[in-house]
Amino acid sequence: METKNIMIVGVGGQGSLLASKLLGHLLCQEGYDVKVSEVHGMSQRGGSVVTYVRYGDKVYSPIIDKGEADYIISFEKLEAARWVSCLREGGRIITNIRETDPMPVITGATEYPHEVLNSLEGKGVSIDQLDALALAEEAGSQKAVNIVLMGRLSKYFDIPTEKWTAAIEECVKPKFVELNKKAFELGRNSK
Amino acid sequence: MKKLMLGNEAVARGLYEAGCRLVSGYPGTPSTEITEAAALYPEMYCEWAPNEKVALECAFGASLKGARAACTMKHVGLNVAADPLYTLSYTGVNGGLVVCVADDPGMHSSQNEQDSRHHAIASKVPMLEPADSAESREFTMAAFELSEKFDTPVLLRMCTRISHSQSLVEVGERADVPLKEYVKNPQKYIMAPANAIRRHPVVEERMEALTEYAEDCPLNRVEYAADGNRELGIICSGTCYQYVKEIFGDNANVLKLGLVNPLPVKLIIDFAFSVNRVVVIEELDPVIENHCRSMGLDVEGKDKFPIVGEFSQNLIRRVLGMEVPESTSADEQIPVRPPVMCAGCPHRGLFYTLAKNKVTVIGDIGCYTLGSAQPLNAVDSVLCMGASVAGIHGFNKIGEGQNKTVAVIGDSTFMHSGMTGLVNISYNDSKSTVIILDNSITGMTGHQQNPTTGYNIHGDPATKVDLEAFCRAIGINRVRVVDPYDLDACDKAIKEELAADEASVIISRRPCVLLKSVKTKAPLTVDTDACRGCKKCMKLGCPAIHMENGKAVIDATLCVGCGVCEQLCAFGAIREN
Ligand SMILES: Cc1ncc(C[n+]2csc(CCOP(=O)(O)OP(=O)(O)O)c2C)c(N)n1
Repeated sequence: METKNIMIVGVGGQGSLLASKLLGHLLCQEGYDVKVSEVHGMSQRGGSVVTYVRYGDKVYSPIIDKGEADYIISFEKLEAARWVSCLREGGRIITNIRETDPMPVITGATEYPHEVLNSLEGKGVSIDQLDALALAEEAGSQKAVNIVLMGRLSKYFDIPTEKWTAAIEECVKPKFVELNKKAFELGRNSK
Repeated sequence: MKKLMLGNEAVARGLYEAGCRLVSGYPGTPSTEITEAAALYPEMYCEWAPNEKVALECAFGASLKGARAACTMKHVGLNVAADPLYTLSYTGVNGGLVVCVADDPGMHSSQNEQDSRHHAIASKVPMLEPADSAESREFTMAAFELSEKFDTPVLLRMCTRISHSQSLVEVGERADVPLKEYVKNPQKYIMAPANAIRRHPVVEERMEALTEYAEDCPLNRVEYAADGNRELGIICSGTCYQYVKEIFGDNANVLKLGLVNPLPVKLIIDFAFSVNRVVVIEELDPVIENHCRSMGLDVEGKDKFPIVGEFSQNLIRRVLGMEVPESTSADEQIPVRPPVMCAGCPHRGLFYTLAKNKVTVIGDIGCYTLGSAQPLNAVDSVLCMGASVAGIHGFNKIGEGQNKTVAVIGDSTFMHSGMTGLVNISYNDSKSTVIILDNSITGMTGHQQNPTTGYNIHGDPATKVDLEAFCRAIGINRVRVVDPYDLDACDKAIKEELAADEASVIISRRPCVLLKSVKTKAPLTVDTDACRGCKKCMKLGCPAIHMENGKAVIDATLCVGCGVCEQLCAFGAIREN
């Protein structure tokens, strides 16, 4: 199988590490060769963060380059737009619609492009937009945005739901399993 | 069973399996997780050292005693540890000694982009470079073998993309490696001139033997294209090997170097003659390329590839004249999202006060480097760890202005290399003002303990350096502590200490707000009727505050109720809920 590419992007501190852990775990269980790359350090402090998940028969490069991503999972609207150049032709963005202002917007040096996803759709980019924060709150915690997005992503995979939930059980602390399973369901069933 | 592991975790696993007994490190992205992961194996003694020189010397001590030992650091840390390294090359080892160093091409979290291979060459120490997590484990174990076989410390070169990528690793058991006997051997271990002069030829002979070894060692390998096409041959190592394989799959002629110092001669020449054209693909400096040229080989390299920044599959495709995949981008300007001080960061109040007082700030490295960003804009220079305290002394020795200049340094950085600078201020009397930003943790690298925190690497209680007593003991009479959440107190302290006619230290003390032990308060709110939209609170650069319709708004999901903005608001519009 050719290598498949999933990017997880967001703002440092939003919990992308759990999402990539879950995917890494699941894809290993499915018998794929897997690489997961993230940058730790400085960028955690409210900066733009990106994680690369790649899987297939044999994965070489640890990173996903321009025009290569099958899916971009975004925790924040602007970040989805920032990384769109990595999307391959026919790829799909799955994004939370919430906005988090970066410092240059906060200081008034520049403006937040609120309509950016709509104009990308206008250019033919496939985008699933969902209010992942509202769904996470419905599941019981704002922190579950990551798993809501994983639920949505799971719709595009041939992997049965039980395997996803098994991976959730493996990757989160026992007391948060139920909450995260609910978040996963809400994401999966979202329109 | 195969496990998904970070390159750094795989190095730790390699240390464990190789029977390593001691690991000493100083945190630094992207190397930090090696020591953190090693500390999870109770069979190894692990610690955070105050700096990299201490870490390497500690590992040297364990090696001298006969144990396998390792130390860890980022690339610039190797500069700090260079002094022991260069002479350890002369003494050699007793138990195997491995120095793990992580480079950061692309400078994801570093102040420079130096190539640590130069240290390997200059210190005449062998260096191994793995290309994924499985190799990170294997090469770590091989490094110990080489270290003992050739009686030398061995460098293990990691880089961001290998350290911070997870890939599959087949793990094994821990080897039972007995302690070697410690035998007093002055000719080998006392590097006074008379002995050292006899050790230098040993080093040169060892490099020759290692070069010989490089010719057919399993760390270096040639892969020929499955399709039989011998037009292009590529020489590479580490991440670049992965990019090349990504592009060509099995249809590449590749010489993959795992031992990057010393480099083989015959192996390279034979490879070069087996293909029509040789391209060296290496990030940072043309080390392999220059070696090829020194042998008279006509190779391509930095004439096409950049010296600056990191590579990727598309960069290599483009340079080699191949097609890159199509991609779209947004028409709108996408604002940058730089890292910022967290909401409630204790550094903020202090930097606000420095900016307000228009003080020249000789800065240092840590989360507080972010005090240089907009809108605080409160830092004048950042060079390397410790340079603030040492630098202000020189700054103040030249001309006027010592009552307008401060040095700022974090607690970990002060322990690392700020202390000696402060001794110089005291001893050579520059009347400088030094601010130690004590947030009770090594913040920037992701919360490691240090000698000022009172805990060791396992989180167990440890001796806590008393900063006030330390400063007084070296001769600083004016030492005071302020709470950076208290803007008036900060202002008073800074004004008074700058005015004083002797050296002084202000300890700005409040734990990092991200520490689990810190109890945050309820978020504050803005009374929109009282808010006049003066934007004074916006001067703090707090990510939790923004303007909406001319009024300040506080994001309740980010605000931790630190109250610094509340003190700034002249209209009492910011309040507890
Ligand atoms: C020689 C060297 N070693 C390690 C690092 C990585 N590093 C950058 S800042 C820092 C320490 C920051 O801790 P501290 O001084 O306590 O400040 P904080 O981030 O907590 O504000 C480290 C270890 C470096 N830049 N240079």
